[in-house]
Amino acid sequence: MDTAAAVIVSMMAAATPLLYAALGELVTEKSGVLNLGVEGMMITGAVTAFATATITGSSAIGIVAGATAAMALSLIFAVLTLSLVANQVATGLALTIFGIGLSALIGQGYVGTPLDALPKLDIPGVSDIVFIGPVLFGHDFLIYFSFVMVGAVAWFLYRTRAGLVLRAVGESHDAAHAIGYPVIGIRYLAVAFGGAMAGVGGAYLSVAYTPMWIENMTAGRGWIALALVVFATWRPGRVLLGAYLFGGVTILQLHGQGFGLGVASQILSMLPYLATILVLVLISSDRALIRLNAPADIGRVFRPAS
Amino acid sequence: MLPRLEPRSGVSAAMMLLTPAIAVGLTLIAGVIMFAALGFDPGRALYTFFVKPVSTLYGVSELLVKATPLAVIGIGLALGFRANVWNIGAEGQFTLGAICGGGVALAFHGVESWLVLPAMAVAGILGGLAWGAIPAFLRVRFNANEILTSLMLTYVATLLLSYLVHGPWRDPEGLNFPESRMFEDSALLPVILDETRLSIAAPIALLIVLAGWVVLSRAFLGFQIKVVGQSPAAASYAGFSEKRLIWTVLCVSGALAGLAGMFEVSGPIGQLHPVVSPGYGFTAIIVAFLGRLHPVGVLFAALLIALSYLGGELAQIELKLPLALTGVFQGMLLFFLLGTDVLIRYRIRFRRRGARIALPQGG
Amino acid sequence: MAAVASDDATARLALTDICKTFPGVVANDRVSLTLRPGEIHALLGENGAGKSTLVKIVYGVLRADSGEMRWNGQIVQVGSPAQARRLGIGMVFQHFSLFDSLTVAENIALGIDEKVPMRDLTERIGEVSAHYGLALDPGRHVHTLSVGERQRVEIVRCLLQNPSLLIMDEPTSVLTPQEADRLFETLRQLAAEGVTVLYISHKLEEIRALCEAATVLRGGRVVATCDPRTETARSLAQMMIGAELATPERGGADAAGNDRLTVRNLSLESEHPFGTPIRNVSLSVRAGEILGIAGVAGNGQPELLAALSGETLCEDADAILLDGRPVGRLGPRARRARGVCVVPEERMGQGTVPEMTLSENGFLSAYLRSGMLRQGLLQVRAMSRFASDIIQAYSVMAPGPAAAAGSLSGGNLQKFIIGREILQNPEILIAAHPTWGVDAGAAAAIQQALLDLAKAGAAVLVVSQDLDELFAISDRLAVICEGRLSASRLTRDTTVEQAGLLMGGMFDEAGEIVETHAA
Repeated sequence: MDTAAAVIVSMMAAATPLLYAALGELVTEKSGVLNLGVEGMMITGAVTAFATATITGSSAIGIVAGATAAMALSLIFAVLTLSLVANQVATGLALTIFGIGLSALIGQGYVGTPLDALPKLDIPGVSDIVFIGPVLFGHDFLIYFSFVMVGAVAWFLYRTRAGLVLRAVGESHDAAHAIGYPVIGIRYLAVAFGGAMAGVGGAYLSVAYTPMWIENMTAGRGWIALALVVFATWRPGRVLLGAYLFGGVTILQLHGQGFGLGVASQILSMLPYLATILVLVLISSDRALIRLNAPADIGRVFRPAS
Repeated sequence: MLPRLEPRSGVSAAMMLLTPAIAVGLTLIAGVIMFAALGFDPGRALYTFFVKPVSTLYGVSELLVKATPLAVIGIGLALGFRANVWNIGAEGQFTLGAICGGGVALAFHGVESWLVLPAMAVAGILGGLAWGAIPAFLRVRFNANEILTSLMLTYVATLLLSYLVHGPWRDPEGLNFPESRMFEDSALLPVILDETRLSIAAPIALLIVLAGWVVLSRAFLGFQIKVVGQSPAAASYAGFSEKRLIWTVLCVSGALAGLAGMFEVSGPIGQLHPVVSPGYGFTAIIVAFLGRLHPVGVLFAALLIALSYLGGELAQIELKLPLALTGVFQGMLLFFLLGTDVLIRYRIRFRRRGARIALPQGG
Repeated sequence: MAAVASDDATARLALTDICKTFPGVVANDRVSLTLRPGEIHALLGENGAGKSTLVKIVYGVLRADSGEMRWNGQIVQVGSPAQARRLGIGMVFQHFSLFDSLTVAENIALGIDEKVPMRDLTERIGEVSAHYGLALDPGRHVHTLSVGERQRVEIVRCLLQNPSLLIMDEPTSVLTPQEADRLFETLRQLAAEGVTVLYISHKLEEIRALCEAATVLRGGRVVATCDPRTETARSLAQMMIGAELATPERGGADAAGNDRLTVRNLSLESEHPFGTPIRNVSLSVRAGEILGIAGVAGNGQPELLAALSGETLCEDADAILLDGRPVGRLGPRARRARGVCVVPEERMGQGTVPEMTLSENGFLSAYLRSGMLRQGLLQVRAMSRFASDIIQAYSVMAPGPAAAAGSLSGGNLQKFIIGREILQNPEILIAAHPTWGVDAGAAAAIQQALLDLAKAGAAVLVVSQDLDELFAISDRLAVICEGRLSASRLTRDTTVEQAGLLMGGMFDEAGEIVETHAA
């Protein structure tokens, strides 16, 4: 594998957890709910997936378990914010604090446990083609599946009636309610989907990207995923672009010293965070762009008169 | 029949005070269940967690040591949250305060002067303020969400501290540990209770709580903060500048977090480490909410949350319980609080109520 | 043809003893109503009489506490709007249930229950539009449409489902008189095809012109049923209000003095992406007069008001003058210091903070006056006194200065806001929709207060959608349309038809009526 191909391959792996989490959050936000607990759901997904994979010996079961655990966490958020009309910002923060604590609790017996990485889907012969082989083939199935999900989410949001209803609920919950759509029920589903996707993103970290469990191993990726949704102006295709851009930044940071840059590792590690701030500033400063694309009712409490 | 929420005609003052108590109660019940599930005697575990840490004078002094940064940061955050400005990067501002305050201490290494401590405090405040001013600038000028920018800056601050103590500021006489020199006595806060770590930071924190109270309940600034938080359109109508208020609350909360960071390194720690905070900046978010965004409430909440830190440490030593339990408890407490807060504006009804005759409105 | 049918067997919809209570309010109290096929039936009542609640029950948005609903003779329970639509009930909402960022076709697709492919839907939209003369472009985004066009989207959405009952909730409040006439044509055509129309309004003249039966609600109860064609506007008003209406007393309007507030060629982009930019607006308000600004909602009123109050700053300081001095770059606080007081558009959340007490809400806009602020500290006693003064002087129904603003009814809150601004002795008062959603008694009191203020020498500018109100109190009248303002005319020399033409934008660069287009 030549260097360029190697960089692209590792960029894809770095981008995938962000892609899953951001896609899930995009659907949640499109329904008008801002769930700031992505970091907490991701880390819970990561630890659950790792523990389950270790116990059962099956990465696939682990990933499903990670998604389920994160979804369960997202449902706590849904009950609090949708049924009990709690503040979405505060509840999202609580979810993150809780998730980080919970994951450390679950994971303490697994620190240092080895796990086989998710198998790569190699096609003998084809995978060996120079550049194209390693870039297109030989990845684990979650990477391929992430592309499927980008397409599926885009198709769902813009080509199906259910997607239209979801966007309508996020645009104006009062109007949607008046026409007769079950606003709260739809938002429950969107939040649960966002939770499951964050869980898969977390699971990818602990069973595929770096197959081990380390406390706080998400290291702010949940927050970066939130920023990616803004960067993407709530469009699935752009989430893909943004995630790969960040994957690239991460790789730059990891390989920075290898490339012979005389910069301390800590300074290089700041790159993804500084890049997040930069893209937020670039996109947000165009207020009209944000207002035209952001779901109008995002973060607002909905309480129907009954 | 399913329970239904029914809006109250106003805000219930009784529930404002009662829901934190209900939330604490529910958290304890959940704690009992959790301890039992983990195979511990719940009674003993709860005793170890919540009573034993404060059964000695030293224990109480440690409680105050831990409550000090939480209260100082919590006051600043409460001001911001009241204005709907979500500074969740207090951990980073705290770290910058520690870096700047600690940097002054290291720069004046070998200088014996009473001026060192005030200089450190000013540096700490300015460091935190600068770190809070960045999200303010980005929000006001570029409309960038302060939640995300302040949080990203927290990671940057932590990495900056790590870089400094691994590199330029590493103790030249140390054993290559990533730590700075120990601060000299002139750079350490005076202890006010012998044999403890309780320093003058605690009474200063109390003064800050008082100042916060005056600002929120009596000052024009506090009024403006409340209006902009509850009804931005009303603030604009009244002529209160939202931009100026964003700047103010982010700078104030950053400065307070910076001061708390300086207190921490010139008090309990006494040098710079790669990690100077057990998550005070994040936990102060819980403190602010648990204290109802009210300065007096913040004070009590800081004490309660400080107890959960001490309890977590003791439970780790005595019961071999994981330290992470503290975070779980704190998260649960916030969940229960947010969940029960619904009772402030709504009442729960299990059946249809009888008709009450009153003037109709909103046809 | 009997005006009031009682034969339930032929009734399309029959409601019997419908009751609905909200916390502290009985919205509907044993309401009964019968609608026959092909009838245009008015549901008449003041704001707060319970009209909207009743139709939301019929449409399945709300559930009645008790009572019976029969549809074509069968007892039905309408649990959701979707079920109502399946029965053949369509509804056009007062506050439109449209989604700004979606297209016309998407909005219509959301409101109908069958799954129609987009292409077929577009075709059917075209057919219905053509049949009823409701022109629409299915591909356009709703936020680019005028308010009248948005209403068309709602109507077409209903008609696509072939309803046998169409509920219209205050449809003409957003239309010019000419647009309203066109709507009536459509409704008559529908009625002739056998569709029942339930027409909700508090506008008496249009009910007399359109409807053949009326049910009058007051305080949640049916107080009368009648044939509005045989009634006078006055008798209908008495049924609706239950008392004689006081007409406001006009003072000597000709005694207008110098220009106090002047706007010169003001142009302003809207801060809201779906807002209306202001185009080259000029006006002046003199001491001692009331200048009325009429116009259909969504034609730039919020933007103009924000520019006048200082909530939005102008590019050019000279665009707005107070007594000849430029103030275009000054914010609300500085303008208040120069004697400008403002009654804003939204009474909740803009004019007041609902969670705060009346004391605090009095302070909100009056902090520069009455000694309520000293050395950066709030003077609690002075604040409470000021709030008490307002409550007393303007008969605000409130327990006291410590009551939360949100606990007051709309009319009382509006009286509080008007009182707060007038008690500051404004030299210039800008009032937006001063009586919108206020019951008739309170509205009369508010209008009288504005007239008295002008009589005492203040310059008063009133922006309102209620043409009747502006004819009743203003000395001069100008009309805003698509961000442009017509020249002002003496109100007593202006007819409703002329005002209607202006509201439809029929004025030239100089702001004068373009008669040639009158249709």
